[in-house]
Amino acid sequence: MRHAIAALIRKDVRLELRTRESVPAMVLFSLGTFVLFHFALDEREVSGALAAGILWVTLLFAAVLGINRLFVAEREEGGFDGFLLAPVDRTSLFVAKATVLFGFLVAVEVFVVAAFAVLLLGPSPWAGLPALALVLVVADAGIAVIGTLVGALAVQTRARDLLVPLLALPLSIPLVIAGARACAPLLTAGGGDGLEARWLLVLGLYDLVFGLLAYAIFDFLLEE
Amino acid sequence: MNAVFGRGLRTLSLLTAALLVGAFALVFFYAPNDADQGFIQKIFYLHVPLAIVALGGFVAGGVYGIRYLRTGDRLHDLRSYVAIHLSLILAVGALVTGSIWARGSWGVWWTWDEPTLVSFLIVFLLYACYQPLRFSIEDPERQARYAAVFSVIAGAFVPLNFMAVRMAQAYVHPRVLSTTGGSMPGSMRLTFAVAVLAMALLFVTLWKYELASKSATFRLRALKRRLAGDEELWTTRRSAAPTL
Repeated sequence: MRHAIAALIRKDVRLELRTRESVPAMVLFSLGTFVLFHFALDEREVSGALAAGILWVTLLFAAVLGINRLFVAEREEGGFDGFLLAPVDRTSLFVAKATVLFGFLVAVEVFVVAAFAVLLLGPSPWAGLPALALVLVVADAGIAVIGTLVGALAVQTRARDLLVPLLALPLSIPLVIAGARACAPLLTAGGGDGLEARWLLVLGLYDLVFGLLAYAIFDFLLEE
Repeated sequence: MNAVFGRGLRTLSLLTAALLVGAFALVFFYAPNDADQGFIQKIFYLHVPLAIVALGGFVAGGVYGIRYLRTGDRLHDLRSYVAIHLSLILAVGALVTGSIWARGSWGVWWTWDEPTLVSFLIVFLLYACYQPLRFSIEDPERQARYAAVFSVIAGAFVPLNFMAVRMAQAYVHPRVLSTTGGSMPGSMRLTFAVAVLAMALLFVTLWKYELASKSATFRLRALKRRLAGDEELWTTRRSAAPTL
Protein backbone atom coordinates (compact mmCIF):
# COMPACT_ATOMS: atom_id res chain seq x y z
CA MET A 1 0.00 0.00 0.00
CA ARG A 2 2.85 2.38 0.79
CA HIS A 3 4.25 2.04 -2.72
CA ALA A 4 0.90 2.73 -4.27
CA ILE A 5 0.40 5.84 -2.13
CA ALA A 6 3.88 7.11 -2.91
CA ALA A 7 3.38 6.52 -6.62
CA LEU A 8 0.03 8.34 -6.61
CA ILE A 9 1.44 11.29 -4.70
CA ARG A 10 4.42 11.46 -7.07
CA LYS A 11 2.04 11.45 -10.02
CA ASP A 12 -0.06 14.29 -8.66
CA VAL A 13 2.91 16.43 -7.64
CA ARG A 14 4.51 15.96 -11.06
CA LEU A 15 1.21 16.85 -12.72
CA GLU A 16 0.95 20.02 -10.65
CA LEU A 17 4.57 20.98 -11.31
CA ARG A 18 4.08 20.58 -15.05
CA THR A 19 0.66 22.12 -15.50
CA ARG A 20 0.70 24.57 -12.53
CA GLU A 21 -3.06 24.43 -12.36
CA SER A 22 -4.21 24.35 -8.74
CA VAL A 23 -1.80 26.11 -6.40
CA PRO A 24 -1.20 29.27 -8.48
CA ALA A 25 -4.93 29.59 -9.11
CA MET A 26 -5.69 29.23 -5.40
CA VAL A 27 -3.05 31.85 -4.48
CA LEU A 28 -4.26 34.32 -7.10
CA PHE A 29 -7.85 33.81 -6.03
CA SER A 30 -6.90 34.50 -2.41
CA LEU A 31 -5.07 37.70 -3.31
CA GLY A 32 -8.06 38.86 -5.30
CA THR A 33 -10.32 38.10 -2.36
CA PHE A 34 -8.14 40.23 -0.04
CA VAL A 35 -8.50 43.15 -2.42
CA LEU A 36 -12.24 42.57 -2.51
CA PHE A 37 -12.40 42.54 1.28
CA HIS A 38 -10.41 45.77 1.44
CA PHE A 39 -12.96 47.57 -0.71
CA ALA A 40 -16.06 45.79 0.54
CA LEU A 41 -15.26 46.52 4.18
CA ASP A 42 -13.51 49.83 3.48
CA GLU A 43 -10.74 48.93 5.93
CA ARG A 44 -7.05 49.66 5.51
CA GLU A 45 -5.98 47.42 8.34
CA VAL A 46 -7.75 44.64 10.19
CA SER A 47 -6.97 42.74 13.37
CA GLY A 48 -8.44 40.27 15.84
CA ALA A 49 -11.69 38.50 15.03
CA LEU A 50 -12.24 40.41 11.78
CA ALA A 51 -8.78 39.46 10.51
CA ALA A 52 -9.28 35.82 11.47
CA GLY A 53 -12.64 35.78 9.70
CA ILE A 54 -11.24 37.27 6.48
CA LEU A 55 -8.30 34.86 6.48
CA TRP A 56 -10.52 31.82 7.08
CA VAL A 57 -13.20 32.64 4.54
CA THR A 58 -10.51 33.32 1.93
CA LEU A 59 -8.63 30.11 2.66
CA LEU A 60 -11.81 28.05 2.61
CA PHE A 61 -12.96 29.43 -0.73
CA ALA A 62 -9.49 28.85 -2.15
CA ALA A 63 -9.65 25.28 -0.84
CA VAL A 64 -12.97 24.80 -2.66
CA LEU A 65 -11.17 25.69 -5.90
CA GLY A 66 -8.56 23.03 -5.18
CA ILE A 67 -11.17 20.44 -4.24
CA ASN A 68 -12.97 21.06 -7.52
CA ARG A 69 -9.82 20.22 -9.48
CA LEU A 70 -8.67 17.34 -7.28
CA PHE A 71 -10.16 14.42 -9.22
CA VAL A 72 -10.67 16.03 -12.60
CA ALA A 73 -7.64 14.36 -14.20
CA GLU A 74 -8.78 10.96 -12.92
CA ARG A 75 -12.25 11.50 -14.28
CA GLU A 76 -11.39 12.94 -17.68
CA GLU A 77 -8.28 10.99 -18.58
CA GLY A 78 -9.47 7.61 -17.34
CA GLY A 79 -7.32 7.61 -14.22
CA PHE A 80 -10.10 5.96 -12.21
CA ASP A 81 -10.21 2.99 -14.56
CA GLY A 82 -6.45 2.65 -14.49
CA PHE A 83 -6.42 2.78 -10.72
CA LEU A 84 -9.23 0.23 -10.37
CA LEU A 85 -7.36 -2.17 -12.69
CA ALA A 86 -4.24 -1.97 -10.56
CA PRO A 87 -4.01 -4.64 -7.85
CA VAL A 88 -3.76 -2.19 -4.95
CA ASP A 89 -5.91 -1.27 -1.98
CA ARG A 90 -8.45 1.36 -2.95
CA THR A 91 -7.96 3.30 0.24
CA SER A 92 -4.49 4.22 -1.00
CA LEU A 93 -6.12 6.62 -3.46
CA PHE A 94 -7.86 8.37 -0.59
CA VAL A 95 -4.67 8.64 1.47
CA ALA A 96 -2.70 9.90 -1.53
CA LYS A 97 -5.29 12.46 -2.58
CA ALA A 98 -5.78 13.76 0.95
CA THR A 99 -2.01 14.11 1.35
CA VAL A 100 -1.75 15.96 -1.96
CA LEU A 101 -4.58 18.32 -1.04
CA PHE A 102 -2.97 18.90 2.35
CA GLY A 103 0.31 19.75 0.63
CA PHE A 104 -1.42 22.14 -1.76
CA LEU A 105 -3.15 23.90 1.12
CA VAL A 106 0.08 24.31 3.07
CA ALA A 107 1.85 25.62 -0.04
CA VAL A 108 -0.97 28.08 -0.68
CA GLU A 109 -1.01 29.26 2.92
CA VAL A 110 2.71 30.05 2.92
CA PHE A 111 2.06 32.66 0.24
CA VAL A 112 -1.39 33.74 1.34
CA VAL A 113 -0.61 34.32 5.02
CA ALA A 114 2.47 36.34 4.04
CA ALA A 115 0.39 38.37 1.60
CA PHE A 116 -2.31 38.83 4.23
CA ALA A 117 0.25 40.16 6.72
CA VAL A 118 1.51 42.66 4.14
CA LEU A 119 -1.79 43.73 2.60
CA LEU A 120 -4.41 43.75 5.34
CA LEU A 121 -3.16 42.74 8.77
CA GLY A 122 -2.53 45.67 11.12
CA PRO A 123 -0.50 44.22 14.01
CA SER A 124 2.76 42.39 13.44
CA PRO A 125 2.13 38.66 12.97
CA TRP A 126 5.51 37.42 14.20
CA ALA A 127 4.58 36.83 17.83
CA GLY A 128 1.63 34.59 17.00
CA LEU A 129 3.13 32.92 13.96
CA PRO A 130 4.08 29.50 15.46
CA ALA A 131 0.63 29.09 17.03
CA LEU A 132 -1.04 30.30 13.83
CA ALA A 133 0.93 27.77 11.80
CA LEU A 134 -0.09 24.99 14.20
CA VAL A 135 -3.80 25.89 13.95
CA LEU A 136 -3.61 26.12 10.16
CA VAL A 137 -1.87 22.74 9.82
CA VAL A 138 -4.36 20.93 12.08
CA ALA A 139 -7.28 22.55 10.25
CA ASP A 140 -5.72 21.76 6.85
CA ALA A 141 -5.79 18.08 7.75
CA GLY A 142 -9.55 18.37 8.31
CA ILE A 143 -10.09 20.30 5.07
CA ALA A 144 -7.99 17.74 3.20
CA VAL A 145 -10.04 14.80 4.53
CA ILE A 146 -13.45 16.34 3.96
CA GLY A 147 -12.32 17.86 0.66
CA THR A 148 -11.15 14.52 -0.69
CA LEU A 149 -14.45 12.91 0.26
CA VAL A 150 -16.54 15.69 -1.24
CA GLY A 151 -14.36 15.87 -4.33
CA ALA A 152 -14.67 12.15 -4.96
CA LEU A 153 -18.41 12.31 -4.32
CA ALA A 154 -19.01 15.25 -6.62
CA VAL A 155 -16.69 14.39 -9.50
CA GLN A 156 -18.96 11.63 -10.78
CA THR A 157 -22.08 13.80 -10.80
CA ARG A 158 -23.31 16.11 -13.49
CA ALA A 159 -23.48 19.15 -11.22
CA ARG A 160 -19.86 18.77 -10.14
CA ASP A 161 -18.74 22.37 -9.67
CA LEU A 162 -22.05 23.16 -8.04
CA LEU A 163 -22.06 20.36 -5.51
CA VAL A 164 -18.53 20.88 -4.17
CA PRO A 165 -19.19 24.26 -2.53
CA LEU A 166 -22.71 23.26 -1.52
CA LEU A 167 -21.42 20.21 0.35
CA ALA A 168 -17.99 21.41 1.47
CA LEU A 169 -19.05 24.72 3.04
CA PRO A 170 -21.56 23.40 5.60
CA LEU A 171 -19.30 20.46 6.37
CA SER A 172 -16.38 22.76 7.17
CA ILE A 173 -18.32 25.10 9.47
CA PRO A 174 -16.95 23.39 12.64
CA LEU A 175 -13.43 23.93 11.24
CA VAL A 176 -14.14 27.61 10.64
CA ILE A 177 -15.65 28.05 14.10
CA ALA A 178 -12.66 26.49 15.84
CA GLY A 179 -10.06 27.90 13.43
CA ALA A 180 -11.32 31.47 13.43
CA ARG A 181 -11.82 31.55 17.22
CA ALA A 182 -8.35 30.13 17.75
CA CYS A 183 -6.73 32.61 15.34
CA ALA A 184 -8.53 35.75 16.55
CA PRO A 185 -6.32 36.41 19.62
CA LEU A 186 -3.20 35.49 17.62
CA LEU A 187 -3.87 38.28 15.12
CA THR A 188 -4.06 41.09 17.68
CA ALA A 189 -1.15 43.25 18.75
CA GLY A 190 1.28 41.17 20.81
CA GLY A 191 -1.01 38.14 20.82
CA GLY A 192 1.66 35.49 21.14
CA ASP A 193 0.22 33.41 23.96
CA GLY A 194 -3.49 33.58 23.20
CA LEU A 195 -3.97 30.08 21.81
CA GLU A 196 -6.82 28.26 23.50
CA ALA A 197 -6.31 24.51 23.74
CA ARG A 198 -10.01 23.67 23.38
CA TRP A 199 -10.14 24.92 19.79
CA LEU A 200 -7.21 22.72 18.87
CA LEU A 201 -9.09 19.89 20.54
CA VAL A 202 -12.17 20.51 18.37
CA LEU A 203 -10.01 20.61 15.24
CA GLY A 204 -8.22 17.41 16.26
CA LEU A 205 -11.49 15.65 17.01
CA TYR A 206 -12.86 16.70 13.63
CA ASP A 207 -9.76 15.36 11.87
CA LEU A 208 -9.99 12.10 13.78
CA VAL A 209 -13.73 11.46 13.24
CA PHE A 210 -13.79 12.29 9.56
CA GLY A 211 -10.41 10.69 8.94
CA LEU A 212 -11.62 7.35 10.28
CA LEU A 213 -14.98 7.70 8.57
CA ALA A 214 -13.39 8.51 5.22
CA TYR A 215 -10.99 5.60 5.61
CA ALA A 216 -13.98 3.30 6.14
CA ILE A 217 -16.28 4.49 3.35
CA PHE A 218 -14.06 5.85 0.60
CA ASP A 219 -13.97 2.46 -1.15
CA PHE A 220 -17.67 2.73 -1.94
CA LEU A 221 -17.08 5.85 -4.02
CA LEU A 222 -14.81 3.95 -6.40
CA GLU A 223 -16.76 0.78 -7.17
CA GLU A 224 -17.87 0.34 -10.72
CA MET B 1 -43.22 -6.43 -1.39
CA ASN B 2 -46.36 -4.38 -1.22
CA ALA B 3 -47.91 -6.38 1.56
CA VAL B 4 -44.89 -5.90 3.80
CA PHE B 5 -45.20 -2.13 3.71
CA GLY B 6 -48.98 -2.00 3.87
CA ARG B 7 -49.39 -4.26 6.89
CA GLY B 8 -50.66 -2.63 10.07
CA LEU B 9 -50.84 0.76 8.46
CA ARG B 10 -54.45 1.39 9.47
CA THR B 11 -53.86 0.64 13.16
CA LEU B 12 -50.76 2.76 13.14
CA SER B 13 -52.58 5.67 11.53
CA LEU B 14 -55.42 5.52 14.04
CA LEU B 15 -52.97 5.30 16.93
CA THR B 16 -51.00 8.27 15.60
CA ALA B 17 -54.12 10.37 15.14
CA ALA B 18 -55.33 9.53 18.65
CA LEU B 19 -51.97 10.33 20.22
CA LEU B 20 -51.62 13.60 18.31
CA VAL B 21 -55.08 14.71 19.44
CA GLY B 22 -54.23 13.62 22.97
CA ALA B 23 -50.94 15.50 22.91
CA PHE B 24 -52.57 18.73 21.76
CA ALA B 25 -55.36 18.33 24.31
CA LEU B 26 -52.71 18.02 27.02
CA VAL B 27 -50.86 21.03 25.64
CA PHE B 28 -53.89 23.31 25.70
CA PHE B 29 -55.94 22.03 28.64
CA TYR B 30 -53.56 20.30 31.03
CA ALA B 31 -50.10 21.86 30.92
CA PRO B 32 -49.92 25.15 32.86
CA ASN B 33 -49.04 28.42 31.18
CA ASP B 34 -45.40 29.31 31.59
CA ALA B 35 -44.98 31.81 34.44
CA ASP B 36 -42.36 33.78 32.54
CA GLN B 37 -43.38 33.57 28.88
CA GLY B 38 -47.11 32.92 29.09
CA PHE B 39 -49.08 31.34 26.27
CA ILE B 40 -46.34 31.62 23.61
CA GLN B 41 -44.37 28.97 25.48
CA LYS B 42 -46.89 26.36 24.23
CA ILE B 43 -45.11 26.37 20.87
CA PHE B 44 -42.34 24.53 22.71
CA TYR B 45 -44.48 21.37 22.57
CA LEU B 46 -44.44 21.57 18.77
CA HIS B 47 -41.02 23.08 18.09
CA VAL B 48 -38.85 20.77 20.20
CA PRO B 49 -40.51 17.47 19.13
CA LEU B 50 -40.21 18.57 15.49
CA ALA B 51 -36.50 19.24 15.94
CA ILE B 52 -35.82 16.05 17.91
CA VAL B 53 -37.68 13.84 15.46
CA ALA B 54 -36.02 15.53 12.48
CA LEU B 55 -32.56 14.90 13.92
CA GLY B 56 -33.54 11.32 14.76
CA GLY B 57 -34.73 10.89 11.18
CA PHE B 58 -31.41 12.17 9.81
CA VAL B 59 -29.54 9.71 11.99
CA ALA B 60 -31.91 6.90 10.94
CA GLY B 61 -31.17 7.84 7.33
CA GLY B 62 -27.46 7.39 8.08
CA VAL B 63 -28.06 4.02 9.73
CA TYR B 64 -30.02 2.77 6.71
CA GLY B 65 -27.24 4.21 4.55
CA ILE B 66 -24.72 2.01 6.36
CA ARG B 67 -27.04 -0.96 5.97
CA TYR B 68 -27.34 -0.32 2.26
CA LEU B 69 -23.57 -0.14 1.88
CA ARG B 70 -23.17 -3.42 3.75
CA THR B 71 -25.91 -5.42 2.06
CA GLY B 72 -26.54 -3.68 -1.26
CA ASP B 73 -30.28 -4.12 -0.68
CA ARG B 74 -32.12 -1.34 -2.54
CA LEU B 75 -34.94 -1.33 0.03
CA HIS B 76 -32.50 0.10 2.58
CA ASP B 77 -31.68 2.88 0.17
CA LEU B 78 -35.38 3.62 -0.21
CA ARG B 79 -35.79 3.67 3.59
CA SER B 80 -32.82 6.01 3.97
CA TYR B 81 -34.14 8.31 1.25
CA VAL B 82 -37.63 8.55 2.71
CA ALA B 83 -36.32 9.14 6.24
CA ILE B 84 -34.06 12.01 5.15
CA HIS B 85 -36.68 13.50 2.89
CA LEU B 86 -39.34 13.53 5.64
CA SER B 87 -36.83 14.87 8.17
CA LEU B 88 -36.10 17.78 5.85
CA ILE B 89 -39.78 18.70 5.89
CA LEU B 90 -39.91 18.46 9.69
CA ALA B 91 -36.69 20.51 9.87
CA VAL B 92 -38.34 23.34 7.95
CA GLY B 93 -41.18 23.17 10.46
CA ALA B 94 -38.74 23.28 13.37
CA LEU B 95 -36.92 26.30 11.93
CA VAL B 96 -40.15 28.20 11.29
CA THR B 97 -41.66 27.44 14.72
CA GLY B 98 -38.32 28.27 16.35
CA SER B 99 -38.26 31.60 14.59
CA ILE B 100 -41.82 32.37 15.69
CA TRP B 101 -40.98 31.43 19.25
CA ALA B 102 -37.85 33.60 19.20
CA ARG B 103 -39.95 36.52 17.94
CA GLY B 104 -42.54 35.94 20.62
CA SER B 105 -40.25 35.59 23.59
CA TRP B 106 -37.06 37.49 22.68
CA GLY B 107 -38.49 39.95 20.15
CA VAL B 108 -36.26 38.91 17.22
CA TRP B 109 -36.93 36.54 14.33
CA TRP B 110 -33.44 35.15 14.42
CA THR B 111 -30.63 35.16 16.91
CA TRP B 112 -27.06 34.01 16.38
CA ASP B 113 -26.54 33.65 20.13
CA GLU B 114 -28.50 30.48 20.26
CA PRO B 115 -26.37 27.41 19.52
CA THR B 116 -29.20 24.96 18.98
CA LEU B 117 -30.97 27.08 16.38
CA VAL B 118 -27.72 27.86 14.54
CA SER B 119 -26.57 24.23 14.53
CA PHE B 120 -29.94 23.20 13.27
CA LEU B 121 -29.71 25.67 10.39
CA ILE B 122 -26.26 24.31 9.42
CA VAL B 123 -27.50 20.72 9.52
CA PHE B 124 -30.49 21.74 7.44
CA LEU B 125 -28.27 23.45 4.86
CA LEU B 126 -26.16 20.31 4.59
CA TYR B 127 -29.10 17.95 4.16
CA ALA B 128 -30.74 20.29 1.68
CA CYS B 129 -27.98 19.13 -0.70
CA TYR B 130 -29.13 15.53 -0.49
CA GLN B 131 -31.76 15.77 -3.20
CA PRO B 132 -29.60 17.79 -5.64
CA LEU B 133 -26.83 15.22 -5.13
CA ARG B 134 -29.16 12.33 -5.94
CA PHE B 135 -30.69 14.17 -8.84
CA SER B 136 -27.37 14.82 -10.54
CA ILE B 137 -26.37 11.14 -10.71
CA GLU B 138 -28.07 9.21 -13.45
CA ASP B 139 -27.03 5.63 -12.88
CA PRO B 140 -29.45 4.36 -10.19
CA GLU B 141 -26.95 2.02 -8.56
CA ARG B 142 -24.33 4.74 -8.24
CA GLN B 143 -26.98 7.17 -7.08
CA ALA B 144 -27.92 4.85 -4.23
CA ARG B 145 -24.29 4.25 -3.25
CA TYR B 146 -23.28 7.91 -3.28
CA ALA B 147 -26.42 8.93 -1.42
CA ALA B 148 -25.62 6.33 1.25
CA VAL B 149 -22.07 7.66 1.60
CA PHE B 150 -23.46 11.16 1.94
CA SER B 151 -25.97 10.07 4.59
CA VAL B 152 -23.20 8.46 6.64
CA ILE B 153 -20.91 11.51 6.46
CA ALA B 154 -23.77 13.86 7.30
CA GLY B 155 -24.97 11.62 10.14
CA ALA B 156 -21.53 11.80 11.76
CA PHE B 157 -21.43 15.54 11.15
CA VAL B 158 -24.61 16.24 13.16
CA PRO B 159 -23.24 15.67 16.72
CA LEU B 160 -19.83 17.17 15.92
CA ASN B 161 -21.45 20.30 14.57
CA PHE B 162 -23.70 20.69 17.60
CA MET B 163 -20.67 20.43 19.86
CA ALA B 164 -18.62 23.00 17.93
CA VAL B 165 -21.45 25.53 17.69
CA ARG B 166 -22.35 25.14 21.35
CA MET B 167 -18.75 25.79 22.37
CA ALA B 168 -18.66 28.93 20.27
CA GLN B 169 -21.62 30.67 21.85
CA ALA B 170 -23.00 31.91 25.09
CA TYR B 171 -25.86 29.97 26.60
CA VAL B 172 -29.18 31.61 25.79
CA HIS B 173 -31.35 28.74 24.72
CA PRO B 174 -33.51 27.21 27.44
CA ARG B 175 -31.84 23.91 28.19
CA VAL B 176 -34.88 21.83 28.97
CA LEU B 177 -33.13 18.50 28.70
CA SER B 178 -29.96 19.23 30.63
CA THR B 179 -28.30 16.52 32.67
CA THR B 180 -29.49 18.12 35.88
CA GLY B 181 -33.05 17.28 34.94
CA GLY B 182 -34.20 20.70 33.78
CA SER B 183 -36.64 22.84 35.64
CA MET B 184 -39.99 21.73 34.21
CA PRO B 185 -42.79 20.82 36.57
CA GLY B 186 -44.17 17.28 36.24
CA SER B 187 -47.26 18.23 34.24
CA MET B 188 -45.15 20.01 31.63
CA ARG B 189 -42.74 17.13 31.42
CA LEU B 190 -45.56 14.63 30.87
CA THR B 191 -47.10 16.80 28.14
CA PHE B 192 -43.71 17.17 26.50
CA ALA B 193 -43.08 13.42 26.57
CA VAL B 194 -46.46 12.72 24.97
CA ALA B 195 -45.84 15.39 22.34
CA VAL B 196 -42.46 13.88 21.40
CA LEU B 197 -43.98 10.42 21.23
CA ALA B 198 -46.86 11.65 19.05
CA MET B 199 -44.45 13.40 16.70
CA ALA B 200 -42.24 10.30 16.47
CA LEU B 201 -45.28 8.16 15.67
CA LEU B 202 -46.38 10.67 13.03
CA PHE B 203 -42.93 10.40 11.46
CA VAL B 204 -43.06 6.59 11.42
CA THR B 205 -46.57 6.60 9.96
CA LEU B 206 -45.68 9.03 7.19
CA TRP B 207 -42.51 7.08 6.53
CA LYS B 208 -44.44 3.85 6.14
CA TYR B 209 -47.04 5.50 3.92
CA GLU B 210 -44.38 6.85 1.60
CA LEU B 211 -42.58 3.51 1.49
CA ALA B 212 -45.82 1.74 0.65
CA SER B 213 -46.68 4.31 -2.01
CA LYS B 214 -43.23 4.20 -3.57
CA SER B 215 -43.05 0.42 -3.69
CA ALA B 216 -46.57 0.24 -5.13
CA THR B 217 -45.52 2.68 -7.84
CA PHE B 218 -42.52 0.52 -8.69
CA ARG B 219 -44.65 -2.62 -8.86
CA LEU B 220 -47.13 -0.88 -11.08
CA ARG B 221 -44.38 0.32 -13.35
CA ALA B 222 -42.88 -3.15 -13.54
CA LEU B 223 -46.25 -4.65 -14.44
CA LYS B 224 -46.89 -2.01 -17.09
CA ARG B 225 -43.49 -2.67 -18.50
CA ARG B 226 -44.26 -6.35 -18.78
CA LEU B 227 -47.54 -5.58 -20.52
CA ALA B 228 -45.87 -3.26 -22.98
CA GLY B 229 -43.26 -5.84 -23.81
CA ASP B 230 -40.26 -4.33 -22.06
CA GLU B 231 -39.81 -1.50 -24.54
CA GLU B 232 -41.64 1.78 -24.24
CA LEU B 233 -41.81 2.35 -20.51
CA TRP B 234 -38.23 1.43 -19.78
CA THR B 235 -36.93 4.97 -20.15
CA THR B 236 -38.52 6.66 -17.17
CA ARG B 237 -37.97 10.20 -16.04
CA ARG B 238 -34.74 10.81 -14.15
CA SER B 239 -35.55 11.31 -10.52
CA ALA B 240 -33.96 11.92 -7.15
CA ALA B 241 -36.02 9.14 -5.60
CA PRO B 242 -34.51 5.65 -5.59
CA THR B 243 -35.83 3.03 -7.95
CA LEU B 244 -36.21 -0.58 -6.97
